[in-house]
Amino acid sequence: MAAPYDLKDDSVVVIIGSGAGGGTLGNELAQKGIDVVILEAGARHEYEDFINDEWESFGQLAWVDKRTTSGDWRVAKDFPNLPAWIVKSVGGSTTHWAGASLRFQDHEFQALTHYGKVKGANLLDWPITLAELEPYYAKAEDKMGVTRTNGIEGLPGNNNFKVLKAGADKLGYKECNTGHMAINSAERDGRMSCQQTGFCFQGCKWGAKWSTLYTEIPKGEKTGKLEVRPNSMVQKIEHDKSGKVTGVLYVDKDGKQQLQKARVVAVAGNSIESPRLLLNSESSMFPDGLANSSGQVGRNYMRHTTGSVYAVFEKPVHMYRGTVMAGIIQDEARHDPSRGFVGGYEMETLALGLPFMAAFLDPGGWGRSFTSALDQYVNMAGMWIVGEDMPQADNRITLHKDEKDKYGLPIANVNFSDHANDIAMRDYAYQRGQELYKSVGAVRTFPTPPYPSTHNLGTNRMSEKAKDGVVNKNGQTHDIKNLFVSDGSQFTTGGAENPTLTIVSLAIRQADYIAKEMAAKTI
Amino acid sequence: MVTIFNRNPASPDAKGAAERKGLSRRDVLKRGGTASLGAILIISGSSIIHPQFAWGLETTNLKPETMATLIQLARDIYPHDHVPDRFYAIAVKPYDAKAGDDPKQKKMIEDGVADLDKRAGKGGYLGLDWEDRRLAILQKIEDTPFFQTIRGGLVTGLYNQKELWPLFGYEGESFSKGGYIARGFSDIEWL
Repeated sequence: MAAPYDLKDDSVVVIIGSGAGGGTLGNELAQKGIDVVILEAGARHEYEDFINDEWESFGQLAWVDKRTTSGDWRVAKDFPNLPAWIVKSVGGSTTHWAGASLRFQDHEFQALTHYGKVKGANLLDWPITLAELEPYYAKAEDKMGVTRTNGIEGLPGNNNFKVLKAGADKLGYKECNTGHMAINSAERDGRMSCQQTGFCFQGCKWGAKWSTLYTEIPKGEKTGKLEVRPNSMVQKIEHDKSGKVTGVLYVDKDGKQQLQKARVVAVAGNSIESPRLLLNSESSMFPDGLANSSGQVGRNYMRHTTGSVYAVFEKPVHMYRGTVMAGIIQDEARHDPSRGFVGGYEMETLALGLPFMAAFLDPGGWGRSFTSALDQYVNMAGMWIVGEDMPQADNRITLHKDEKDKYGLPIANVNFSDHANDIAMRDYAYQRGQELYKSVGAVRTFPTPPYPSTHNLGTNRMSEKAKDGVVNKNGQTHDIKNLFVSDGSQFTTGGAENPTLTIVSLAIRQADYIAKEMAAKTI
Repeated sequence: MVTIFNRNPASPDAKGAAERKGLSRRDVLKRGGTASLGAILIISGSSIIHPQFAWGLETTNLKPETMATLIQLARDIYPHDHVPDRFYAIAVKPYDAKAGDDPKQKKMIEDGVADLDKRAGKGGYLGLDWEDRRLAILQKIEDTPFFQTIRGGLVTGLYNQKELWPLFGYEGESFSKGGYIARGFSDIEWL
């Protein structure tokens, strides 16, 4: 049967979410002739609809449904109902992401083995290795048009990058370039090249940056095997007496509750909504939520150890011009405990517009210390620190005891506290970042606290053994054969790298597995 | 209803400008701080008039004196000496409308401003000439809901005004101009 599909059609694969994981999986399955329905909570905004205005775009794309926060992270104080800066729209957070596409390093897949037991951390090795994922990384890089792979040229460096590069040279860093970016440096795959517009976080109005919205999804739709239903908020996954999932209960665009039958269900709603959905799908058979025999659903929430360093120079930089993530230094990404922490971090340029700089430079800050920084906005350069954080059992997504969403289901609480390793890494990185800018003449530097999380990971983690995690190495839940997780919540550990490339690679690999198992009729 | 109205630049003679518009001067507030030396806000009926730069703000629900204090408070919280008062007035004006719908917030703001005046003593908050003297009061109340409400609102109320961005050198929207690929994305020369 061809799309659109009937609600009663129980031969379809239902995917919840249309971002890096869900959008990619949907297209990959459709290309193999498998019938797919993607339920997306957000509306469909095409790329010409995107807005070059930070707050207005935030209103268009961001996931602002209420969530609560707890723990010692500063986000809980400054942005108590906005733990994450992610997207509710077709394409998910691939509309908003910066485009950095890095492979994990070999040792990062075996964090427990390489780092050893770290007190207070719930470290575990992934059940897959880099070697196993490499062919899929290659496919993902080709699909996404990642620069510096497949013979694709790097992007030209903007002013913000030039400052970073000059500082990198001064400090003796060797691995500094304009990055591996899923942003076209020349026309490719029917999409034009980067026009150095800025506003990567607000959705690329040229379509130069890869997003499932205008690549995977329309390609899948063209096969006639993929239907995307926007404005469809999934509430619950249903199952039969044998424990197999049978369908998905959702609220459609008109506010009516619907039941979409399914042969297979894949959850890809990002690391807050995905565990929330599994927990909200509790039943008498699964009183702790679906796929939660391990008790790990919602646990080990990771957000990368982040922070920014902004610096003021005597002369103009205009950091907001051009690609937001315009370059990277990778020298610190190695595992080298002599620095006082395990794991490593990347340094990547970042720029905010004036409105977001006012909101995020020092949330809650006021007075001349704060405003004199903004007065120098034109003379600012900036970088983002993104490093591996430690999974901790109590950093977790739980269902709120009292507060419910407008459909009556408990909202998510996000509890997060930094591990000592996270703090040591951030402090070290702040130091290095400030040294870098001072080496090229910065007159003032700002170690800026983490923003609401953009990299949300780990809350349905992959594990070899069923007792240690939620899914196996194919993203298939240990407990329920025809239930999959397809987003960053599968990550066993976070690595130092921006996660999207790994999410896409895992989705391509998972599509092969699902197709094989469906053909063998094991699911 | 609150309106911010702009007029053509009037005579720099404040008295003359106010009189020409037929306004009786009820109060003249001398403003302190290096930013605003010489600047004068006039409260007239339900309006605050800035005669020199020819804009005014009409209040409906809050006392005009309260609004004038909020404008100074906004500048004290986020002082930018190159930013004219008009932008601070636009940033705080929504509190007047909100006060009409929300009696609790109206009370919080009127009480908050009254508290500032009380702490300042004779002459009130606006009578404190040096910024540091006003800051000494603000540091004591910075954790109050009043202060946090005003400060929090300013983050977008002030900095999200498009007309303000050029004063910081921020160029805003760039898609319609073809991005920066031919407009200086890599024009840095001093490195």
